[in-house]
Amino acid sequence: MTNDSMPDLVCPDALRQTARGWILMGSRCTACGEMFFPVQRSCTRCCGTVLESCELGDRGTLWSWTIQGFQPKPPYDGGTGEAAFQPYGVGYIQMPSQLKVESRLTINDPTQLKIGMPMQLVLDPYRRTADGRERVTFAFMPQATDAGAQS
Amino acid sequence: MTQATNNKDVAIIGIGIHPFGRTDQLSGLEQGAYATREALRDAGVKWSDIGVAFGGSHDAGNADSMTNLLGLTGLPFINVNNGCATGGSSMMSAVSAIRSGMADLAVAVGFDKHQRGAFNPEPADYGLPDWYGATGLMITTQFFALKAQRYLYEHGISEAALVKVSQRAFRNGALNPNAWRRQPMSYEEIAQSMPVDLPLRKYMLCSPAEGGVALVLCSAAKARQYTTTPVILKAAVVRTRLYGSFEVFSPGIAAQAAPAPTVMAAHAAFEEAGVGPQDINVLQLQDTDSATEIIHMAENGFCADGEQERLLNDGDTEIGGCLPINTDGGCLANGEPIGASGLRQVYEICLQLRGQAGARQVPGQPKLGYTHVYGAPGVSAVTILQS
Repeated sequence: MTNDSMPDLVCPDALRQTARGWILMGSRCTACGEMFFPVQRSCTRCCGTVLESCELGDRGTLWSWTIQGFQPKPPYDGGTGEAAFQPYGVGYIQMPSQLKVESRLTINDPTQLKIGMPMQLVLDPYRRTADGRERVTFAFMPQATDAGAQS
Repeated sequence: MTQATNNKDVAIIGIGIHPFGRTDQLSGLEQGAYATREALRDAGVKWSDIGVAFGGSHDAGNADSMTNLLGLTGLPFINVNNGCATGGSSMMSAVSAIRSGMADLAVAVGFDKHQRGAFNPEPADYGLPDWYGATGLMITTQFFALKAQRYLYEHGISEAALVKVSQRAFRNGALNPNAWRRQPMSYEEIAQSMPVDLPLRKYMLCSPAEGGVALVLCSAAKARQYTTTPVILKAAVVRTRLYGSFEVFSPGIAAQAAPAPTVMAAHAAFEEAGVGPQDINVLQLQDTDSATEIIHMAENGFCADGEQERLLNDGDTEIGGCLPINTDGGCLANGEPIGASGLRQVYEICLQLRGQAGARQVPGQPKLGYTHVYGAPGVSAVTILQS
């Protein structure tokens, strides 16, 4: 991701690039105001059918976590073969709206993950295609400690 | 007709099982047919006596094809495809058919035969975007781990409790000739087994497997024509998730939490049966992994959140304890053939209530039993059974 070309996003609907960097996108019900991730066309809270795009932000706190310890079968496409498989972290991030979003984590060391820790959105090249290009999804990483007192 | 039963009550008069585990020489359908023949024999009736059948599998074909093995008698045979609640939904349908007068005798049957390893569902089948599967988030064991991690954190339960649930499951499985895993395991073997999705390790998770279970049902008023040991279904309830509950395959969870479908199903079942958790003598709780059993103890109303570790440490959940759970080894020792798993629970409770559970019989002639199954994408089925 060091060049300026647009990353090859696996989930373009879930992300938007802003002046402040990448943020996570969802939907908001125009009838009841409920927010959803990922984007959806109907409201499972009030049964409304008119939803609009909304920003979910790029920061939150770790609500729960696990470490995926085996290489999933397809449709997972980030596989590198059982032998080369590296466990990856998965968690729910509680966003400022209190909506919780399931995400890959950049950390796969259980000693570095604690419920409640501040987390920051990053783009994660979770896979390399046959022609060598990076395929990118969203992930969360622990916020740098000096960014802990964000405004 | 009788004083002991309500005229809407339905009875289980025959039970049959094909042993769980791996049976390479039989298809899933054949294991279902085997279980059905066993249930018919147990009830003392013929396949041609059955007025309606409900059944299903997840990966082993259409249940109504079983007529090719059992006989083409012309009966209505409804295929049920309801995930882990397939067995519970089949039984609930059979109960409704008998209550409505559609048939005098009904069969509910579940069977399955899965490949080794974790399930790999397609996102589109669950109305989810493809990237959810492609990026490695749509994995059942992950969900159970994430729910477990949060629950242990919120309620101060240690990882040792997860080991103890598994230990009891394998101990009970060793007493069950139909179980898949019949070797007790030490604390260390379980606690140090391969991390699958932390805090869950290899021997804390059940595996997809094979097996079949069938039940023959009729109205309780007629049950004694067939058997001296009818088991009365006091409640059979299925509930699905409410908005805000934390369920498997959830890319997002609502800000405001709602009770799990299990809580709703348990509440409705207790109300239908007119009894409470304190009245239950023997129970089966979905133990996809050892943490879900712990969570389900509270969700079903058998204890408060956080009380589980004390009950486990005190031996209350053992066969001889005051709250015997998963006396046949549960999913942990039997594996999970999805279509059959919920009916296995009912089979075990019937054995217990009939006093036929052998080495794992709960002492003191249990009178009331309970079963609970949970599965994707957030469905629970509960039954309350009475001897």
